[in-house]
Amino acid sequence: MQHLAVLPILLPALFAVLLLFLPLHINVRIRRIASVSAMSLNLLVATVLLWHQTNVPAVHYLLGNWPEPFGILLVADQLSALFVFLTTLLTFAIAIYSCAGDDEKGSYFHPLLQFLLMGLNGAFLTGDLFNLFVFFEVLLISSYGLLIHGGGKKRIHSALHYVVLNLIGSALFLLALALLYAMLGSLHMADMAQRITQLQPSELLGVKSAAGLLLIVFGLKAALLPLHFWLPAAYSEASASVAAVFAAMTKVGIYSMIRVFGLLFGASAGTLSGYGDVLLLWGGIFTMVLAAAMVLAAVDLKRLAAALVLLSAGTLLAALGSGDPEVKAAALMYAVHSTWIGAVWYLLSDMIARQRGSVGSRLVSGPKLHQPQLLGWLFVLSALVVIGMPPFSGFIAKLWLIQGLTTTSNGMLLIAVLLLSSLAVLVALSRAGSVLFWRTQPTTNNTAPAGSISVGALVLLLLAGVMLVVFGQWWTQFCADTIAQLHAASGGL
Amino acid sequence: MELLIAISIGFLTGCGVLLILRGRTFAVMLGLTMLSYAVNLFIFISGGLTAGAGAVLGASEQYADPLPQALVLTAIVIGFAMTAFLVVLAIRARVELGHDELDLQKPSSRGGA
Repeated sequence: MQHLAVLPILLPALFAVLLLFLPLHINVRIRRIASVSAMSLNLLVATVLLWHQTNVPAVHYLLGNWPEPFGILLVADQLSALFVFLTTLLTFAIAIYSCAGDDEKGSYFHPLLQFLLMGLNGAFLTGDLFNLFVFFEVLLISSYGLLIHGGGKKRIHSALHYVVLNLIGSALFLLALALLYAMLGSLHMADMAQRITQLQPSELLGVKSAAGLLLIVFGLKAALLPLHFWLPAAYSEASASVAAVFAAMTKVGIYSMIRVFGLLFGASAGTLSGYGDVLLLWGGIFTMVLAAAMVLAAVDLKRLAAALVLLSAGTLLAALGSGDPEVKAAALMYAVHSTWIGAVWYLLSDMIARQRGSVGSRLVSGPKLHQPQLLGWLFVLSALVVIGMPPFSGFIAKLWLIQGLTTTSNGMLLIAVLLLSSLAVLVALSRAGSVLFWRTQPTTNNTAPAGSISVGALVLLLLAGVMLVVFGQWWTQFCADTIAQLHAASGGL
Repeated sequence: MELLIAISIGFLTGCGVLLILRGRTFAVMLGLTMLSYAVNLFIFISGGLTAGAGAVLGASEQYADPLPQALVLTAIVIGFAMTAFLVVLAIRARVELGHDELDLQKPSSRGGA
């Protein structure tokens, strides 16, 4: 149990290397079984970590056993355990879904998925700002590989944009790191939070500009309004399994904002306290408005799914910007819900597109689906979850958000935008559903039906969302405790 | 000394940004490389500029902050890997798309260039 904190990073790295070994290359079946069983081990570790970290103080795992604050360390607390669990469950479902055929469109899908999980888990678990950069690069380079998985002109082109943009983002991240190190003399995040309180007023400007750079970098990852242009293109060009994993990628940006800004610019940071909140609030609100417009304007189901991810990112950013602990706790719940349902929408649009022949995912009248009953019900269920209808997870998360927002300044505006954007999603999805399932042409359909593997993966993610409701009491308590723990760590409350 | 370093970092960054704003993959790649050089220099001096001080304890009277040197090493290695990947991707895009423009338009539709 002592080494539990490092396992979510070590295991995927080990599995990725093992999956590259030769015997697994002869037989597709063996490779898939190996990958899924490796993923289930990862999921087991993530669940144990989540269970183990509930209601206990944060564990500081010192790599190389150098004393704090000099060595590199991992911090396993409720926040990191929650995000590790959230992404591991998602990648587990995707590993299953890809076995329906997506993984064989290019080489090395499963090892790349493991490396991506390693990068994500590392970013969630690190307690050192420079290591956050390193794990960002690990997850980025795996995501580059995954994005071009399957090849094709458009995919390569959108990958080129994505890579260039993220390289610029990495350069800015390094600039911010160096500036912070020059100002504070440390990259250990808890230590930096201490040192920020002792700054001279003349040194504040340097830290502020570094924080601004960090805000740009994390905003780029989280698709904050002026930095969101890459998301729709990259997400709708990628193959479905990859796009669904990427639903977790925006959450890395959001996690980093919660962690770095919550810790460094918490209540004890003096004039720097709450830095960036206003920007996040308004950026988030405008992102929501734009995403709602994109949802309404979408002529393609995959674009619609990308807009849904953007909408959830905007909601989270705006909720974080409100600065209220209760809203932040509700935002955590919303983050869990929106990641899983975002992935469900990519998988579902892929399954629908496969049964529509040449029309694909475009929202125009097409041939009758092979399994209208099954896909129709899945569509309705997923729509209810994402809109936020009771009794699903979206309802609880949004209700809690709204409840928290009633007491904050600008809260009413955010509530209005939240409800109106949900209405926009309702309208767009009803329209999309009626086109896809009712306005069909009486042509014969000879496409293959969706197999039990892909349906199973989708239902797994939906069921995970249902668990959020069934154990609602436990989850809300957990999210509230997580934010309380984070505030206590930054010396506030 | 500070002025010289500051000017070279600024100059490299300026060149990098200018090249990144061009529409061709090769220029953008060069720009990104220059930007990463500038960033590496910046990390390198984030521990302060000292002359004649070793990074190893006991080697000299004064000693320099060793951490930025370790950080810059990591940054250089990661930068190399990313640039290499970008080069491969750009070549692949050139083959697949038939041109090296960063936006979707073909060179002919823009006229010239």
